[in-house]
Amino acid sequence: MIELQGIGIGQGVAIGRVLRMPEPLPEPVDLRSVLEPAAELARATASMHAVAEDLEALGDRAGGTAQEVLEAQAMMAEDPTLVDEVTARLHKHQTAERAVFESFAAFRDQLAALGGYLGERAADLDDVAQRVIADLAGLPAPGVPDPDEPFVLVARDLAPADTAVLDLDKVLGLITIDGGPTSHTAILAREKSITAVVGAHAATQLTDGDEVIVDAANGVVLLTPSPEQLDEARARILARAARALAPIGPGRLKDGTSVPLLANLGSADGAAAAVALGAEGVGLFRTEFLFLEATSAPTVQQQREQYERMLREFPGRKVVVRALDAGADKPLAFLNDAAEENPALGLRGLRALRASEDILREQLTALAEADAATDADLWVMAPMVATVEEAAYFTDLAHELGLKTAGVMVEVPSAALMADRILAHTDFASIGTNDLTQYTLAADRMLGSVAGFQDPWHPAVLRLVGEVGAAGARLGKPVGVCGEAAADPLLAVVLVGLGATTLSMSASALADVRASLADFTLEQARHLAGAALTADGAASARAAATALALAHTHPSSTPDGAAPTVPTTPERGIQK
Amino acid sequence: MAERTVLIGSTHGLHARPAKLFTKAAAAAGAPVTLQKGDGKPVNAASILGVISLGINHGDSVTLSTAGDNAESVLDELSELLLTDHDA
Repeated sequence: MIELQGIGIGQGVAIGRVLRMPEPLPEPVDLRSVLEPAAELARATASMHAVAEDLEALGDRAGGTAQEVLEAQAMMAEDPTLVDEVTARLHKHQTAERAVFESFAAFRDQLAALGGYLGERAADLDDVAQRVIADLAGLPAPGVPDPDEPFVLVARDLAPADTAVLDLDKVLGLITIDGGPTSHTAILAREKSITAVVGAHAATQLTDGDEVIVDAANGVVLLTPSPEQLDEARARILARAARALAPIGPGRLKDGTSVPLLANLGSADGAAAAVALGAEGVGLFRTEFLFLEATSAPTVQQQREQYERMLREFPGRKVVVRALDAGADKPLAFLNDAAEENPALGLRGLRALRASEDILREQLTALAEADAATDADLWVMAPMVATVEEAAYFTDLAHELGLKTAGVMVEVPSAALMADRILAHTDFASIGTNDLTQYTLAADRMLGSVAGFQDPWHPAVLRLVGEVGAAGARLGKPVGVCGEAAADPLLAVVLVGLGATTLSMSASALADVRASLADFTLEQARHLAGAALTADGAASARAAATALALAHTHPSSTPDGAAPTVPTTPERGIQK
Repeated sequence: MAERTVLIGSTHGLHARPAKLFTKAAAAAGAPVTLQKGDGKPVNAASILGVISLGINHGDSVTLSTAGDNAESVLDELSELLLTDHDA
């Protein structure tokens, strides 16, 4: 047995046989062509046309937004500027292969140099170039294997065209060699609940037909596993399936302590699905969707209709709505479109709303009207609050406009450190762990090169959570957590131990977190939290909590023989 | 020669999908159209690679130019596509 380390996405385990994505074609050699430029051009245009037709056909099969991307790629394959570039190179007696390679590479480099979202789209061009060069060489188009049997796909990383045509019914698991936690592959895996381990550099040694266990919960791939390991993996697959089918009840600890489990939603559309998965309300309702599509602020009436639609899905339940969270990273023409050097530290969240207070007043008015017309228990909160004065401003304004319960997000370390003063003015606090981690460790959460810092297990983040939890307990005010951290089953227990009274997460994580909470008493949760708080870093905090969790749930077993019923999520950064 | 300057509406700028819609319409315009970002080099608006490689982001100012009989209606149609948020 060989163990390959990577970053797990989600909590799944899968067993299967490996199929590898074909390796990219070698770079065409720069030789003087033996053909006339006109003959080479005829070859090039024939292949470009054939690839465009293939991509159109793939698009027809895929449908939806994937079809749009594939149609765009088909246009790239026959692009007039590309033809000009290729023609110029052919007149210098390059081969069609080399000319196509260099021409695409020039566009690709321009695009990659832009960075950001457009830069990431450079992969779209690579895929088209590979297809044209393969066609010229008479080789099959590179792409996802499509066997009859289910398989574990191993790739460097997946291009959008690959993910679009992937037959998800046959993919048992995904392993990537290069991809990080924000890659296309990781996003696809999260969306579709596919068991995946990304960034497993040692997976280069896997070959077609190898039997592997993909253990996303622990961020490892086991090559040629032992019969015992296979049995254990099968047991975990069954146990997880059983958990998903287990009766859905309210979130509670082993000793009966209630920990309501809420859903994070971005529009009213996901509400019914969240209720079906046992959401006891909404802990974070993002309102950006109402604004991002608009060139001017939506009217009070338009907002009210959307809010009512969502509140009606949760009669008698708590729904926490976050006021518009926009900034230079998500610019809105009517709110703030000035470019900033450091958008994360700029005029965003409540700061931007105060600069355009009419927009905030209209949103709160629409929410108060929707509240009056429905039976949900509506709470409102302000994003990106840094000071006591801001917290008091928002709470007073919300109360003035008729909203009963108003609070703030704790995402900035200053707000966590001042939580006792802030909670003296507000009705509740909700901790956004993604931003709190980014600000505590001074690492841009959008930047792959510092992704290792973005780990909410870091004791610095946990200490701040503990400050807020302790302040809430002293003042008798609720403290929720609504970041990704709450979706990690073991970290969820630690957060409760630190004083979180509710947890909010994407609905797909509810079953795993509910099962994990039921394994621990409040005293044990505090014990786990204490162990994590005194660790040196994120990895050791996770390890300390995992060891204690095993001791609690398997008191009689030896440390190395026990299968964790509560696997950890190493996804948020393996620190090496 | 008619010109029109507009601000890009798509949240993620002119990446594959919005660029495809735009270049398809530009190719169907019947006359050559160029697209220029700020004071940069004009590119063939019917070339998706040319358009994408300009790296046009949300809110960027771009200028469309075309000659021909129905230049104004071509510019009307194309500027509408650029103003729309196709990522919404």
